[in-house]
Amino acid sequence: MRITSPHAHTPGNTGDVMKQIILATIPGLIALTYFFGPGSLINVIMMTAACMGVEAAILKLRRRPLGFYLGDYSAAVTGVLLGLAIPPYCPWWIVAIGAISAIGIAKHLYGGIGYNPFNPAMIAYVILLISFPLEMSQWAEPRTVLTESKELIGPFSALSHIWFGTPLTGALDAWTGATPLDSFKQNNSLLVEQLYASDSLFSTARWAGAGWEWVNIGFLAGGIYLLYKKIFTWHAPIAMLAMLFFCACIGYDNGSSNSLGSPLFHLLSGGTMLGAFFIITDPVSSAVSNRGRLIFGALAGLLIYLIRSFGNYPDAVAFAVLLMNFAAPFIDYYTVPRTYGHKKAKRATIKQES
Amino acid sequence: MSYNVSSVRKVFDIPGGVHPPESKEQSLQLPLGPVLLPQRVVLPLSQHIGAPAKAIVAVGEKVRTGQLIAEPQGLFSVGLHASISGTVSAIEDRPIPHTSGMNAECIVIESDGLDEWVALDECEDYTALERDALMAKIRTAGLAGMGGAGFPSAIKLNPRADDKIDTLIINGTECEPYITADDTLMREQADAVIQGTLLLAHLLGAPSTVLIGVEDNKPTAITALKKAAAAIEGECNIEIVDFPTKYPSGGEKQLIQILTGIEVGSGDVPASLGIVCHNVGTAVAAWEAVRYGRPLISRITTVVGEALDTQRNIEVRIGTLISEVLEQNGFNADEAARLIMGGPMMGFALQDAGVPIVKTSNCILAPSKQELPEPPPAQACIRCGMCAEACPASLLPQQLFWYSQSEDYDRLQAHNLMDCIECGACSFVCPSNIPLVQYYRASKGAIKQAAVDKQKSDRSRERFEFRQARLDKAEAEKEAKRQARKQAAAEAKKLAAEKKEQELLQPTIAPVAAVPIPAAVDPEAEKAKLERALSSAQNRLDKAHERLDDAEPERRDKMAARVKEAELKVLDAQKKLEQFNTADNNDPVAAAIARAKAKASLPPHAKLTSSIEALKKRMTIAADKLSSAKTEGAATVDALQAGLDKMQGKIAKLQQELIDLGPEPAVEATVKEDTTPDPAAAAIERAKAKAAASANMSPADKLHDQITSIEKRIAKTAEKVAVARAEGSSTADALQLGLDKMTAKLDKARADLGELAPQVQPESAQNVDSAPEPDAASAAIAKAKAKAAATANMLPEEKLRDQIRSMQTRIEKTTVKVTAARAEGSDITDALQLGLDKMTAKLEKAKSELAELSN
Ligand code: SF4
Ligand code: SF4
Repeated sequence: MRITSPHAHTPGNTGDVMKQIILATIPGLIALTYFFGPGSLINVIMMTAACMGVEAAILKLRRRPLGFYLGDYSAAVTGVLLGLAIPPYCPWWIVAIGAISAIGIAKHLYGGIGYNPFNPAMIAYVILLISFPLEMSQWAEPRTVLTESKELIGPFSALSHIWFGTPLTGALDAWTGATPLDSFKQNNSLLVEQLYASDSLFSTARWAGAGWEWVNIGFLAGGIYLLYKKIFTWHAPIAMLAMLFFCACIGYDNGSSNSLGSPLFHLLSGGTMLGAFFIITDPVSSAVSNRGRLIFGALAGLLIYLIRSFGNYPDAVAFAVLLMNFAAPFIDYYTVPRTYGHKKAKRATIKQES
Repeated sequence: MSYNVSSVRKVFDIPGGVHPPESKEQSLQLPLGPVLLPQRVVLPLSQHIGAPAKAIVAVGEKVRTGQLIAEPQGLFSVGLHASISGTVSAIEDRPIPHTSGMNAECIVIESDGLDEWVALDECEDYTALERDALMAKIRTAGLAGMGGAGFPSAIKLNPRADDKIDTLIINGTECEPYITADDTLMREQADAVIQGTLLLAHLLGAPSTVLIGVEDNKPTAITALKKAAAAIEGECNIEIVDFPTKYPSGGEKQLIQILTGIEVGSGDVPASLGIVCHNVGTAVAAWEAVRYGRPLISRITTVVGEALDTQRNIEVRIGTLISEVLEQNGFNADEAARLIMGGPMMGFALQDAGVPIVKTSNCILAPSKQELPEPPPAQACIRCGMCAEACPASLLPQQLFWYSQSEDYDRLQAHNLMDCIECGACSFVCPSNIPLVQYYRASKGAIKQAAVDKQKSDRSRERFEFRQARLDKAEAEKEAKRQARKQAAAEAKKLAAEKKEQELLQPTIAPVAAVPIPAAVDPEAEKAKLERALSSAQNRLDKAHERLDDAEPERRDKMAARVKEAELKVLDAQKKLEQFNTADNNDPVAAAIARAKAKASLPPHAKLTSSIEALKKRMTIAADKLSSAKTEGAATVDALQAGLDKMQGKIAKLQQELIDLGPEPAVEATVKEDTTPDPAAAAIERAKAKAAASANMSPADKLHDQITSIEKRIAKTAEKVAVARAEGSSTADALQLGLDKMTAKLDKARADLGELAPQVQPESAQNVDSAPEPDAASAAIAKAKAKAAATANMLPEEKLRDQIRSMQTRIEKTTVKVTAARAEGSDITDALQLGLDKMTAKLEKAKSELAELSN
């Protein structure tokens, strides 16, 4: 192949981009580990290894150069994100099934990197959630709510629990706690103020929910770093957060017992920030243009709010993102940017790869 | 001085854009290098867009520096001048700097080392010159856009009359990394830049806005320009505008957007917006051409890259070989990653250093392998959208890439691939290192090729269609003629068929049938003719009588026959005349009545025989139809068979009657010897002969034989068709054609069949009534005469009434049949309906006749 212009390239490659993303998850991971014990860290490590393993196996099956494709770190990113999304201390087979679902089904069945219409991590998350609702809804209790007698789960008891199913020593309660989103959803008699005062998940927190507020702030920090690094544009995440904020303002209802939660509560709960900066920014499965990504993000935010408030699952990022993945081609169709020298944007025929 | 230094023009941002490392410092460390006088120059005849120049020197000719050696061919072309003095050593194809590394015709000059110039035509004050004279100077100076593509400068200075130019933009952007040629020019020859700008403004009719756009990474150049502008005496409205550095703001469309906020419409030229854009190098070259009469024979080129010992700008004669330039700047071939003409973003790799510097060569880049490494292998597109972020044209490069890969040219065009300026910003940022622009260039080429092909095929299609239209027209004319002929034939046939029908309707003896009712004959002439025929027939009868009287006994019989024959002819003639007199020839009703009357006047023998003849004829037809109906298994078989049986019965009856009438030995004898070719008489005689012969053989048997044989034949044909079909034989079609014809006949048969019986019935009934008697020939004649007289008295009303009655019965029957056929969806419905219609028409006719008669 003859070398043609441009002869200059930005240094780095897709692998570097992916490494930046992994790097940016660190603040959130630190917060998770600090508040909930080593469960998420173990998850991330195991899941990353599992995903890389599945990726390598499939690349081998498909006779692709291993080093070249593993070097794009896309499987690692999927592993990290899925590891962060699933509850800590879940058994090892959850991890295995998750990796196979994400890399095998959601990614390679669709043709590999760049061809998957759905976010692999979220597909895997939903498969797990539907198949193993019990294991997938047991979150650890944050350290702030632990009473004197309870201890944070240690790494050894965690590992033996994960691998051999041995009960978590000493701190059973610390394992089966509800999340702030659960508590809020189950509440229908207390004013928000009363709930905040009575539930230790809120009383020990500063703004939104014990532990979770910091986890979200951690992911927010990572997201801001990625924005600064121009890994992605601000359109999708900011649109999603703004929409969630807007909806929460409407549904807050002045903190009555019917309140659907304060804006801050929604922004700093569950997977909000992880979703905003690490999931819907997944370039492959989102909309193409900036305008499209604004719409994509805003609609994702709306869906998250609606599913959280009216759906059966307390958190909604995965469902919202998958639904929006469906909608991405349509958004693309209507948001082709106006080309230089053209009066109107062509509502051309963007064909989604299939 | 009117230059307002403080004027700050609002600049606009362009979408996208990238910030590659500028790498401009290294070539700016040294001042502009000395003129390098080459040993030899290679001057391509085409260094611009448009038609190549045409050499006007010959090999061996001595030329001087600045001498025109190739003249422009047409307006969209640029001349070429000798860049050194010496001898033309060759005019031949040489490798030229081009993306595809091709060869093209060049003039090669060997230097004499003297650099002797032609006399230059200086001009102190160009404002004193006419515009045409000024344009001529520009045109003959060989100016082509020095920024990139080499657009003939004179054309841009000569906008269309309806494009009023109000903005002149001088492009000093130089946004490509590494290149500092324009920067150097602006630094070192700021005065010339300003003068050139003023000159171009003058040529464009003094546009209200004159801008020199420079990126803010060239502060020295900006200062120099501002100083030079400030130094201009008198009115000067040049604005030097600086704006943030960003690649590719130097693109013409991008610069216009930055400076004016206006976008040039897709497919438009800036002049349509009243904007003209020239490169600073072009401005200087124009100035030098006008002021000093100096054609474009050298240019400033940046020679840069880590593979060179000396990185600098040089003023170099056009045509100097790059290898020579590199050599003089300490080129390390081993270190170089590649050789690039132009910058790292849009330049093209040279396969060979043995190509000359041309008018558009602003940079020779010889990067080391660390500087511009080989691009890493492309990874999959992760649709990150960084390319779209970088695209100054707001395209979606990732989609363009996708469709380029799948060669979906329609979608590529829908996504405005053609508006891609190939700036390379998208490829530059792509983390997957996809050579996007390479894909776009390939797709653009394919689309353009497709357009050319389409144009070609359109043209040939048009030609084809035109030819086709012509042929069609001719064919249509022929067809019209054919149709006309066909129609005429059909009318004639119809006429004939009508006549035949009437003939069948009114079974008469052959002579009557043989005389068709003339349609448009002069009645007087016709009457005269008939009268002549009658008198001649009478004459012959008289003569025959005479001869009969004179004849010897052995010849008497013969003579008697002659007499009889003559008598018949007389009768015939009389009848015709009568018919003519009583009837309007064009009125078939009257004619029919006349015929009926005539028939009534016939002798019983002749009447019977003619009846038999007619019946036989019809029977043959019916038998034919029957057999074809059988072959096709048509539902009409039974009806046809019934009709046939009826006919047979009637024939037998008539023949019996004929026999009863008594033999006519004399006649019979004469018939055999008679050689008279008169077909009518012959027919009668044949019938008589048959009638006589039938004493021995039953005519019914005969007919049976006939029918059987026909049936056999048809059965055979049907078999053959089946076999041919089965074998897929080519004769199947021919056979089928025959079958089809039979079907047609069948249809007609149904109509005819209905008409067949009734006419016979009343007549035969009548014939039976008019009882037979004598035997001898003379007696027969006498009797016939008597009978004719008798029947002449018989009321035609009765006959008609009979007819009407029987027809009504038949119509009723047929109606029932039609209804049944309709109900069953039978395919004979139409045929039946046709017959019904005909019958109804006849009934009406008969009724009206009757009414006429009763009146
Ligand atoms: S920059 Fe490269 S990888 Fe990213 S979307 Fe564009 S083509 Fe794909
Ligand atoms: S090369 Fe074409 S598609 Fe790529 S950035 Fe430039 S204009 Fe846009």
